[in-house]
Amino acid sequence: MAAPRQELLLPVKPLFLWATLVAALLLNLLPWAGWLAAIRPDFTALALLFWIVREPQRVGFGTAFAFGLAMDIGQASLFGQHALAYAVIAYSATLLRRRLRMFSADKHVLQILPVLLVAQVVVLLVNLASGAASPGWTWLVPPVTGALLWPLVWAVLLLPQRPRVDPEHPI
Amino acid sequence: MENVQQPFFHRGPTPLARFLLAVSLALALIAADGRFGYLVHLQRAVAVIVHPLQQIALLPGWLSARVAGFFTTQSQLAVRNGVLEQQNLVNQAALLRLEALEQENARLRTLLDSRSTRPPGALFAEIVYSHRDPFTRRVIVDKGSSAGVAEGHPVVDAEGLVGQVTRVFPWSSRVTLITDKDMIVPVQVMRSGVRGVLYGTGSDGRLELRFMPFSADIQAGDRLVTSGIDGTYPAGLPVALVEEVERDAAQMFARVAARPATGVNRYRQVLILAQPAPETANPGMDDPPPAARRRAKKAG
Repeated sequence: MAAPRQELLLPVKPLFLWATLVAALLLNLLPWAGWLAAIRPDFTALALLFWIVREPQRVGFGTAFAFGLAMDIGQASLFGQHALAYAVIAYSATLLRRRLRMFSADKHVLQILPVLLVAQVVVLLVNLASGAASPGWTWLVPPVTGALLWPLVWAVLLLPQRPRVDPEHPI
Repeated sequence: MENVQQPFFHRGPTPLARFLLAVSLALALIAADGRFGYLVHLQRAVAVIVHPLQQIALLPGWLSARVAGFFTTQSQLAVRNGVLEQQNLVNQAALLRLEALEQENARLRTLLDSRSTRPPGALFAEIVYSHRDPFTRRVIVDKGSSAGVAEGHPVVDAEGLVGQVTRVFPWSSRVTLITDKDMIVPVQVMRSGVRGVLYGTGSDGRLELRFMPFSADIQAGDRLVTSGIDGTYPAGLPVALVEEVERDAAQMFARVAARPATGVNRYRQVLILAQPAPETANPGMDDPPPAARRRAKKAG
């Protein structure tokens, strides 16, 4: 399998990086309702995954943990459960980092899916251990929609780093 | 001569070490929150940081509601006005009766020489978020400690008890609904006066009256109200409606399923009863434990 065409990218602007992370948190905090709430992917997890893969020097476990705590308060869930899930995501991202660069974004989907599923199951186990009832199979839908959304996330978050190429003078 | 080679790049702990650190920290937080209810201050600090984001997230809904409200037609308003006027008449009549009863009650209380019950102060609040987390039944309302809300205040709506304030943040607070798996409300059957303890099950619209003896005078259709013996909820608030009573000889107790009298899905406005917790008359030993507080441990 051929690796995707390597391209030279501009360095990421820190402002853009942090703005997208906060925007992802904001998307999570929107008052989703009905079936939309049931399929809502975890945007913060996707954004964290992307930035830990792309910018491991800037975003890491500390950021993931802090955003996890913010999610826990925003969702009124057990304090620390999202922090745990995002730690899993951060670790998976450090493991997947080199491998993902070998593939184009549409081929990432099946590699991202297990990561999101494991994070979701971790949250489920924590809650079951604390005595909650199982939420049923619909609980596994958000990781799937999240994985399907990944190519879009990849394209959008890479957009500002793509250099503007002048067609008259390619170099 | 010693030749210590300095690494070119400072790397810090390995990813695995960082991962294990983060996981153990998260597990410690989960245990501290879930088991012991610690870390309230840390949660408040995070809540203050997240609050502006939550407000922004609510903005689209608020705007659309404002725009929709702007375009309500005059006829709709007239119909609504009529309904409200009718309702007001009914309420007025009930209020007059209540006043008479209150006076009578006060007289009787002076006769009995007992402490008068103070009417609870009520605080109007709006539910801003509901049902974010599938594992718990909690909502977030828009009044917090800055408005005088404190942990333990009961929350009601027009039809009965909704839940209890369990965590207070500066500008918002978290209300645990009576259907949450950790909520227990001491109740009384309105018809027969039998007391019991109502447990949340963690699923919407289902409550359980546990540890009721076979002989207890309770039947489907009975209304359950707060008994007030716990000192947390004022007595007489409608809580639930008994749906079915199953008396199985193989079991120790009768199984009583109930359905909440109110649903947070129906109303956005709630009242937080901000009263100073009255000292109750000593609950006897045979009474259920003061269970309206959240269980620190799961009842075995």
